[in-house]
Amino acid sequence: MSITELEFQATAAQTGTVTGAIEGRSQWQLTWRRLRHDKMAVASMIVIIVIAILAILAPVFAALTHHGQAQVFPNTGLSASGGPLSPGSHGFLFGTDELGRDLFIRVLYGARISLFVGLSTTAMATVAGVSIGLVTGFFGGWVDAVLARFIDTVLAFPFVVLALSLAVVFGPSLTIVIAVITFFSWAGISRVVRGQALSIKEKEYIEAARSLGASPWRIMFVDMLPNLIAPVLVLATLSIPAAIVFEATLSFLGLGIQPPVASWGNILSDAQSYYQIAWWYLVFPAAALLITTLAFNLLGDGVRDALDPRTERIFAAGRRRKRRMAGTGTTQIDDMVASILADSEEG
Amino acid sequence: MAMTRFLIRRILTGIVVLWIVTTATFFLFFARNPTIVARSLAGRAATAAIIAEVTRNLGLNQPIMVQYWHFLTRIVHFNFGLSYYFGRIPVDSILARDLPRTASVVVGGVVLWLVVGISVGILSATKARSVFDRVSTVGVLAGISMPTFVLGELLLLFIYVPLNEHGFTWVNTGYVGLSQGIGPWTGTMILPWVTLATVQAAVYTRLSRGTLLDTLGEDYIRTARAKGLTERRVVYRHAVRAALTPVVSQLGIDVGALLGGVVVVETVFGIGGLGQDAITAVYNGDLPTIIAFVILASTFVVVANIIVDMMYAVLDPRVRIT
Repeated sequence: MSITELEFQATAAQTGTVTGAIEGRSQWQLTWRRLRHDKMAVASMIVIIVIAILAILAPVFAALTHHGQAQVFPNTGLSASGGPLSPGSHGFLFGTDELGRDLFIRVLYGARISLFVGLSTTAMATVAGVSIGLVTGFFGGWVDAVLARFIDTVLAFPFVVLALSLAVVFGPSLTIVIAVITFFSWAGISRVVRGQALSIKEKEYIEAARSLGASPWRIMFVDMLPNLIAPVLVLATLSIPAAIVFEATLSFLGLGIQPPVASWGNILSDAQSYYQIAWWYLVFPAAALLITTLAFNLLGDGVRDALDPRTERIFAAGRRRKRRMAGTGTTQIDDMVASILADSEEG
Repeated sequence: MAMTRFLIRRILTGIVVLWIVTTATFFLFFARNPTIVARSLAGRAATAAIIAEVTRNLGLNQPIMVQYWHFLTRIVHFNFGLSYYFGRIPVDSILARDLPRTASVVVGGVVLWLVVGISVGILSATKARSVFDRVSTVGVLAGISMPTFVLGELLLLFIYVPLNEHGFTWVNTGYVGLSQGIGPWTGTMILPWVTLATVQAAVYTRLSRGTLLDTLGEDYIRTARAKGLTERRVVYRHAVRAALTPVVSQLGIDVGALLGGVVVVETVFGIGGLGQDAITAVYNGDLPTIIAFVILASTFVVVANIIVDMMYAVLDPRVRIT
């Protein structure tokens, strides 16, 4: 170490004590900080939490209103002509369906199915996708060739064909829905993880681990996995709304959750015959489905942006611009320098 | 020459894939107790006499490999047997009736989807951060979050119902054959096309915008600009062609999703095509129709993938077809 470097470090240490020690922030703290500043992502998170609470409390609402999800109210729940009851009448917040069932309670119970399917299939698909992607990317060779071909096949496989066949042979059920969705969800994650693993395994620290005698499994799951978390997190967040849409579509086609158990898909399938006389029957479950998937997609985009270090600068530029508008403190030249820096960074 | 060899090779692989699918379908549906198979082939409302007839006609009591051989020969001759649910009519005649309906949905929908998806993507990328770009980005997000059947139902509720209430009955549901005139046909197809195209187009807008933005940052684009080419020529001749290759390879992946979309759209709008009849067949346990649908759908996916690969080779000169 040269004298000048020593001097430099000494002065750096000195100024550090003068201005107060700069606190180190971990990658995750930085990500969380960026996510917190993203208004859309925060709003989506709140929406998702509210939906989750409503879904968890569905039995409580059912007990409070004395309306079960499959309970029929032929006397109070139908209009004089025997059709669905419009929202707000006789204590039915969202109105009723053609059998006189409480639509609000059914939509709440539908949320339970949607969230359960979305989260469980994503969890299983992520574990499978990451493991398979890591193994194929790390080992390469014929393992990689075979599995990569298999991943391509799964990605291009028409889901309707598999769902139809399974529904015919085993009868439609929640288990089949989860199996079908998981089967089609892991492949996308696998492909991304494989690509990342291919590049990470050439890094020096992997060579170091290998020269220390680490086993392939230790290298894959202890050394490589933590560096793959970021893209996997984004993919997983975005695969939740995809799974929710998938479940709703299968149930809509009659290949998924079977009535009288409520799912947004099968409610909308029944609503199909009544949309001309009962708009609420279609609009409420459709809105619930759209709000949920939109919230998860927005959150996924937010997480992706937050994990990208370049976003920090974009936010900083936004803040600078706001300050400039408010006209507080900074001089014109400062502004110009700041905006030039921001532009060059963004570009 | 290279193209012919490529085609022959791909068609042969396609036939092998179809053979695997057919075999898997056969064993999935037939490798069970003969009575159960006969009952599911005869449909949910079958009488004992019909079940006995099915067992006799299809030789369900014969060894499984003999049945498999008969099954394959029938398929090769496009004979899918009788649909017991649809009144003991041959499945072939159901297919013949449904095919034009499904083809109408697919062709119009795919054209609209690609044209809208890619052109909005290109406009967004060339005018990045403009109002148009921002609006289209929001639209894309809504499109991606929107399940196909929800969009279809909302179009029915908010477009079809009000239009018909005001006597504007051109937009219709169901299906009117092209032989009845192009006007009524388009009238029944317009909502299905929009539904099918919107959800898919969203993905393509996002993809083509992203790849085109990346391509526009490449060195050769700067070179093209430095040569003094017009911006129009730079974008459309140099950038778009390279940016389209990932879009085309995505197309191969999405053929399966397209099939699902068609089934959904047909069910929502009551078009009565292959997809809707396959779903009806599931409700009624009409196995012959389902088997025909599975095999036809797989054929469609295989053929579509060959076409996509050819497009890929035409677009990107670096891709060698072998």
